Amino acid sequence: MPTNNLDQLYRSVIMDHYKNPRNKGVLEENNVTIDMNNPTCGDVIHLTLKVEDGIVRDAKFEGEGCSISMASASMMTQIIKNKDVDTAVTYAHIFSDMMLGKEIDDSVDLGDIEALSGVAKFPARIKCATLAWKAMEKGVGEDSE
Amino acid sequence: MLSKEIRKHFPILDQEINGHPLVYLDSAATSQKPQQVIEVLNDYYRFDNANVHRGVHTLGNRATDHYEGAREKVRKFIHAKSTQEIIFMRGTTTALNMVAQSYGRANVGEGDEIVITHMEHHSNIIPWQQLAKEKGAVLKYIDLEDDGTLSLEKVRETITDRTKIVSIMYVSNVLGTMNPIKEITEIAHAHGAVMVVDGAQAAPHLKLDVQDLDCDFLAFSGHKMCGPTGIGVLYGKKELLNKMEPVEFGGEMIDFVGLYESTWKELPWKFEGGTPIIAGAIGLGAAIDFLEEIGLDQIERHEHELAAIAMDKMSTIDGLEIYGPKDPGARAGIVTFNLDNVHPHDVATVLDMNGIAVRAGHHCAQPLMKRLECSATARASFYVYNTEEDVDRLVEGLRIAKEYFE
Repeated sequence: MPTNNLDQLYRSVIMDHYKNPRNKGVLEENNVTIDMNNPTCGDVIHLTLKVEDGIVRDAKFEGEGCSISMASASMMTQIIKNKDVDTAVTYAHIFSDMMLGKEIDDSVDLGDIEALSGVAKFPARIKCATLAWKAMEKGVGEDSE
Repeated sequence: MLSKEIRKHFPILDQEINGHPLVYLDSAATSQKPQQVIEVLNDYYRFDNANVHRGVHTLGNRATDHYEGAREKVRKFIHAKSTQEIIFMRGTTTALNMVAQSYGRANVGEGDEIVITHMEHHSNIIPWQQLAKEKGAVLKYIDLEDDGTLSLEKVRETITDRTKIVSIMYVSNVLGTMNPIKEITEIAHAHGAVMVVDGAQAAPHLKLDVQDLDCDFLAFSGHKMCGPTGIGVLYGKKELLNKMEPVEFGGEMIDFVGLYESTWKELPWKFEGGTPIIAGAIGLGAAIDFLEEIGLDQIERHEHELAAIAMDKMSTIDGLEIYGPKDPGARAGIVTFNLDNVHPHDVATVLDMNGIAVRAGHHCAQPLMKRLECSATARASFYVYNTEEDVDRLVEGLRIAKEYFE
């Protein structure tokens, strides 16, 4: 069974985040709410953040989408928690570079996110992976484009 | 079933995708093109290219003959009374927008009703939404039965004497449902409304007869029926088209042009402003020749049979849900489904890795997705070149997807 290529995309870390999403739900005490969708495929995300003194204190997401989009949202909320807004946005930029297949600075610890690097080889799925990050960037008021 | 030899007419199918022979199951999005259509396009540009309806020279006459010859082929294909009723346009979307902009703006007023259904493609929703907003008209939806069909009872309940336009798809691009257009047209006419038919998924698959249907407008696209992209057709009854104003003005469509006033050519050219889609129309003519050589009745039967085999074999997979009519005879060769716990995008990626092309997403029918209570689905759609082996490959691919995600 030719699953080698599939394994490049669906790494076990991704499947774990998909099946056991971290930070799933809605933050009651939030001060940032973002709804975003991917009009080409119908994926949706509802992201709630609690940002205080320039620091993302908490983050939760709800949504509907494929394994890549939901795993990416789970990882995103995990890594931005307790980071300042600038760092969160930097992660979004790094993620965007990763999706474009660019070299990433080794010194940055990407944690689970690194597992999504294989998505760059599946052009049709890049938008799935970037949805949550775009929502986060919009939420913290910075546009990476 | 049609002969497997038909496949050989489609050179694109003879290739490997991700190490597997290609199985193309996305014809409802766009069909593949037979060699004879590709050759006709090539020959047109190679030997006959010129602008139409203006040249005195020989090439101009040849191009005009081919272009108008294609119009006659379309007329015969849908059994229209006259070539004056056949307008070449970019596709179904442009044609439906034209009806809304021209007929709609002139005939729909405040409080009037436009009736569509929950299963429509976005291109048969938004032109009417825009028209309704502009005119203060009411956009009404006929609800679906649980099996994805329309009941004439609900059609009768929804259409009233205030209804000016009824616009419904002949065949659903998601559910495969074949709607009772002839009966709905009768109901629309009894209330003085015009009947617009979105024929995008019907023209490739079944014999069309606009006189028998008695519909007032019919729109379809060339690229879903073995023709090139960028060409489509609007059929309209002559008496209606004659009263309608063009929405595009410029070259080709004029009779006399003065400084402050101009007059239009007669039908159908008054609706074909600018240099028309000459190569596209000729390519569509060649596609019609190809389909008629096979026979539309045979094509329809082939698709019913493939749909029946697919539904039968797919239903052996645990957790696979198929949307739309249960009776394969009531649907075109479209099978839309979801695999429990595997998102349709993931299904489509796994299938692609196995050489199988399907569509995943909302299929340009967001209101229908809402009605079906799902955000996305996967869709396999069959055409003349598909075989039972293709269905087997699909089923095998679905089993791989299911295993992989378990």
